[in-house]
Amino acid sequence: MADVALRDVVKRFDNVEAVRQISLDIPDKEFVVLVGPSGCGKSTTLRMIAGLEEASAGDILIDGEKVNDVPPKDRDIAMVFQNYALYPHMTVFENMSFGLRLRRFPKAQIRERVEHAAKILDITDLLDRRPKQLSGGQRQRVAMGRAIVRNPKVFLFDEPLSNLDAKLRVQMRTEIKRVHQKVKTTTVYVTHDQVEAMTLADRVVVMNGGRIEQIGTPQELYHHPKTRFVAGFIGSPAMNFVPARLETNGSGLSLRVSDKYAFPVPATRTERYRPHVGKDLTFGLRPEHITEPRGEGRDPRSEFTVNLDVVEPMGMETMVFFTVGNTEVCSRVEPSAASGPGEPMRLYANLNHMHLIDPANDQVL
Amino acid sequence: MVDVTHPLRSAAAPAAPAAKTGLNRLMRRRSSVAFLMCLPLIVIITSLVIYPAGYSMFLSTLNKAQTKFVGLDNFRFLLKRDVFLMVVWQSAIFAITAVLFKALIGLVTAHLVNNLPAKGQRKWRGMLLVPWVIPLALSTLSWWWLFDPTHSAFNYVIEAFGGEPIAWLGNPYWARFSVILVNVWYGAPFFLIMYLAALKSVPEQLYEAAKIDGANAWQQFIHVTLPMMRNIIAITVLFSLIVTFANFDIVQIMTAGGPRNMTHVFATYAFLLGIRSGDIPLGASVSLFMFPILAISAVFILRGVRKRGREIG
Repeated sequence: MADVALRDVVKRFDNVEAVRQISLDIPDKEFVVLVGPSGCGKSTTLRMIAGLEEASAGDILIDGEKVNDVPPKDRDIAMVFQNYALYPHMTVFENMSFGLRLRRFPKAQIRERVEHAAKILDITDLLDRRPKQLSGGQRQRVAMGRAIVRNPKVFLFDEPLSNLDAKLRVQMRTEIKRVHQKVKTTTVYVTHDQVEAMTLADRVVVMNGGRIEQIGTPQELYHHPKTRFVAGFIGSPAMNFVPARLETNGSGLSLRVSDKYAFPVPATRTERYRPHVGKDLTFGLRPEHITEPRGEGRDPRSEFTVNLDVVEPMGMETMVFFTVGNTEVCSRVEPSAASGPGEPMRLYANLNHMHLIDPANDQVL
Repeated sequence: MVDVTHPLRSAAAPAAPAAKTGLNRLMRRRSSVAFLMCLPLIVIITSLVIYPAGYSMFLSTLNKAQTKFVGLDNFRFLLKRDVFLMVVWQSAIFAITAVLFKALIGLVTAHLVNNLPAKGQRKWRGMLLVPWVIPLALSTLSWWWLFDPTHSAFNYVIEAFGGEPIAWLGNPYWARFSVILVNVWYGAPFFLIMYLAALKSVPEQLYEAAKIDGANAWQQFIHVTLPMMRNIIAITVLFSLIVTFANFDIVQIMTAGGPRNMTHVFATYAFLLGIRSGDIPLGASVSLFMFPILAISAVFILRGVRKRGREIG
């Protein structure tokens, strides 16, 4: 049980700066997910917290203590690796108890802790097996068990689910969440999968190019992204971005996305956007906010008709794709409302959820 | 699948001669193709290994003139001779100490080389392999020169520091030490290269997991490196034990078994009895004596290897 803090941490590999001056405070018991595309520095950050990589500059604090020069074994952390890193020559019991045996815990206590962790993870029957005899999901559980028995200050997860198939991944995701609710240890979790990040995290840290783009709860990131990168990275399918221009329209504003289409800006946003009238901007709207006309109190001026290019039925919903100007736009519609490809369809853009991005600095206005 | 006969194809060519389809069918079976491909090697091994081995077994049951079958008399005779018992003892000392030191030195140097930066590593690996690459007879001659009673370079250094010169190959105990030393020098690079490969095959994440679990460098070695290398260690030790037990060149060139037969090993003693003294059946019996010792150790070691192979996989 402890908090973790990073203060202006930098990691350089030869001439490449993998992590550029990041600062992050993780309070006790929080589940934080570092998410970002590959090469964004998230794993390096995690490995610096673990002590497997040395920070080139800045401070790493665990429980308020600076641990830059503390070797991993004395940091009292536990880590779950992407490929599990179980010791192949040891049984599950030996794997899980290894850390305790090295710390010379009494035998009875080791047995008690391992059995307790095994019960949490439902692997009691596997304790005498070797990793080779386990399936991917079982190995993943053992790797988590090895972390739990130590009862460490911090759990670190390095893309723990990326070696599992899709179905098992969803199952283990729930499992990890359940375990965290039970043991309540401060957790730092690295993944490139934004769905994993959104479902697991108390707070998500979105990283890109060695920097932190935004820190926030899943809801904050989804509804109030601060940069174009976060807006595009969070959410699946990704947010649509269309070049647009703000125009004054009587007392309000309207957003012109092409010669053909202009949408009224909701009154709640006019004051915020008024300084940007006339500028070239990027209009961002999630596919789930472009639908067939539905819902009460919608502005009929936000309805428009397009010819569909591609129609992808998903069962619960249907994705339809069309072009505005030169940009392909995706929309999520009710399956029964969807027209066929090549046919016209009436759609409604819910601008209450719109984002405007300044292309000059990629910041959301 | 190679071994499935296509029904349409065989129906379309009903007129093909029986012999040809028979050959076709034979060729279509994977196992027969595999056998045919192995055949050249099987022929070579049979003619160069199995036949001579069988023939030496046959020879060992004959009398000196090779005119009469004497059963196991040659072995009975050998077991009563003090010199032979000494040779058994010496062979064991020679092989076991040499293999032990080769393995130890190989393990330590493999770790050192493995920890070198990648750039210089290839150079060092190449240089350290040199003893193993130059023809053994030539390098042994150089060693023999280094140990030479009057021109010994070692003695020159010892005397320069005010020490007494040593009769490297004249004193039986120093002679034993010297032949073992040369054998270790020659054989350690083999262990080095095998262990280096084994070290590189241990996943880095196991060490990281061990570090986080709280293991220091020594504990990582004991709990991760050694268990992961146990199979390769077992196989190299077995292989080296066989080769070292059967070593001939080093002892023959350096001491030819002397002084007072105190450096003889099986091969040199067999050579002495069989070729030098002309008692070929007795020489064959000496060389056959290694066989049961090595066979038994091979069975035990390989059984352990298979068991661990199944567990770790």
